[in-house]
Amino acid sequence: MKVIEVENLTKRFGSFTAVDNISFSVERGEIFGFLGANGAGKTTAMKMLCGLLRPSGGRGIVSGFDINRESEKIKASIGYMSQKFALYEDLKVWENIRLYAGIYGVPEKEATERSHTLLEELGLEKERNSLVKSLPLGWRQKLAFSVSIFHKPTIVFLDEPTGGVDPVTRRQFWEMIYKAAGSGITVFVTTHYMDEAEYCNRVSIMVDGRIDALSSPASLKKEFEAESMDEVFRKLARKSKNGEL
Amino acid sequence: MRSFRIFVQKEFFHIMRDRWTTLILLVLPILMIILFGFGITTEIRNTKFAVYDPSGDYTTRGIVNKLESSEYFTLERYIDSEDEIERLFRRGETGFAIVFGDNRILLIADGTDPNTASVLTNYATALINSYLQESAVRQVGGGAATDVAGDPPVASATAAAHRTITPEIRLLYNPSLKSAYNIVPGIMGMILMLICAMMTSVSIAREKELGTMEVLLVSPMKPFLIILSKIVPYFTISVINYITILLLSVFVLKVPIAGSLILLSGLSLLFIFVSLLLGILISSVVDKQITALLISGMMLMMPAVFLSGLMFPIESMPEALQWLSHILPVKWFIIAVRSVMVKGLGISSILQEVSILIGMGIIILIISIKKFKYRLE
Repeated sequence: MKVIEVENLTKRFGSFTAVDNISFSVERGEIFGFLGANGAGKTTAMKMLCGLLRPSGGRGIVSGFDINRESEKIKASIGYMSQKFALYEDLKVWENIRLYAGIYGVPEKEATERSHTLLEELGLEKERNSLVKSLPLGWRQKLAFSVSIFHKPTIVFLDEPTGGVDPVTRRQFWEMIYKAAGSGITVFVTTHYMDEAEYCNRVSIMVDGRIDALSSPASLKKEFEAESMDEVFRKLARKSKNGEL
Repeated sequence: MRSFRIFVQKEFFHIMRDRWTTLILLVLPILMIILFGFGITTEIRNTKFAVYDPSGDYTTRGIVNKLESSEYFTLERYIDSEDEIERLFRRGETGFAIVFGDNRILLIADGTDPNTASVLTNYATALINSYLQESAVRQVGGGAATDVAGDPPVASATAAAHRTITPEIRLLYNPSLKSAYNIVPGIMGMILMLICAMMTSVSIAREKELGTMEVLLVSPMKPFLIILSKIVPYFTISVINYITILLLSVFVLKVPIAGSLILLSGLSLLFIFVSLLLGILISSVVDKQITALLISGMMLMMPAVFLSGLMFPIESMPEALQWLSHILPVKWFIIAVRSVMVKGLGISSILQEVSILIGMGIIILIISIKKFKYRLE
């Protein structure tokens, strides 16, 4: 079953075409890596999928809703975590959880129960009443991810979720992503780390607003005769006119 | 509705958990009222003065007594020569001196503070004139009692005294010339503006800067509700501050509310709304807290202090600045508050100010809605 289906999606800002006629689809439970240099258009594309930007052209269905007409319904059925902090530092751990549960309409009783399980799983039960700013960065990121899938969305969009996090925590973070994908949540992730691209089921690479490559990491490496995803990426990005390396 | 409630609560947490914000919001208004109310004052009391009086006759002593018995002046001491005056001034022992000469009275004031100097000389002149007037009348009365036949010179003095027309000054609404009457409406305008416009714009800009706004916009929560829940706490705090300022000014500064309390409150609510809209407008054009702070500080607070007539009368400003002051909502608010609170006027006399404020509110609202793209670029 496809949860994201996009055809000829285009976004123009004035005379500049940020996203140029892209088409792809993502299966349910898939971990889909969305790669590209800065300025390649991946953030713009992602915003259109999340219902934050109206496309200039093309069609798209996200978790069964039209991105042109039903952006409000899309918002309710997806989760989102950005590279910047998704959590309020001056709120306590449980207050953050309750806030997001409230925004996404998780019933109060269910939210209380689930927040207990969540904190236990993260080993944060003792920090329930601590302010988020007192937590180490890695824990914050893990908590932010858990909060972004707290309302059991069909898709979670992660915008460079592991920026600035140490390798051990990144590893743990990806374990959480696998677990979420295992429970049926589709993971749409952008990243700058090419080793992370290897963890994805499929990867798309954007260059100058177009998707230049889309396949599993293994077949991409074969296609571009490369040792690693890093090499694939560099071979593709070299063709770019306006992206930076 | 539940998400709205939790959201408002979150805003209160932001405010209460930041010590400086809490301090600014709740203590600053009290501090300002007390500082401005007691500290900045155009009243002059108990100014020390020196007297050089070589003649030491009845009239000069009478004048000195008259000055000393007023609440404005206290006699420092008599001095022996005119040269001593400058020494006294330099040492800062006194800022005012009277020199009696032949047929003239010289008033010397320290002009480094021109306002005080002119107020002092005005007071002294008025007191001296009134003394001379009184003594002329007294002489006439005395003359009439002792000399029934009448003495031509005295009679002519009587005639002169009667011919001299002295203007009598009566100040309406604020008979004792208390500066608090002028300051309370100004402070009220500044505080409400500070809290509503500045704090609201900074708090919205903060979410943009931290990136949490991005997360909120991807959520199903309506942008309108996000903004509304940002406003609620600042609105509440503004109302609390409005009440605090009123209580302080009535009970501590002894400025009575001459007009209708309901009208005054209605007026303040209107101004709170206009300021909140202004705050939203600012936040819709900036992305950083510091920019929001600078814009609201430089473009709202500074002109509010200078152009609202709080400290300097608008009438004596250059025409260009006077014209500029018209576009400040706070100016109209202060004028209206003065009319209601100090002059005790009714709604009919502040119609102009009220309609200008409503008009400004509508214009700001329209611009805000047009700019209301809390979207990510």
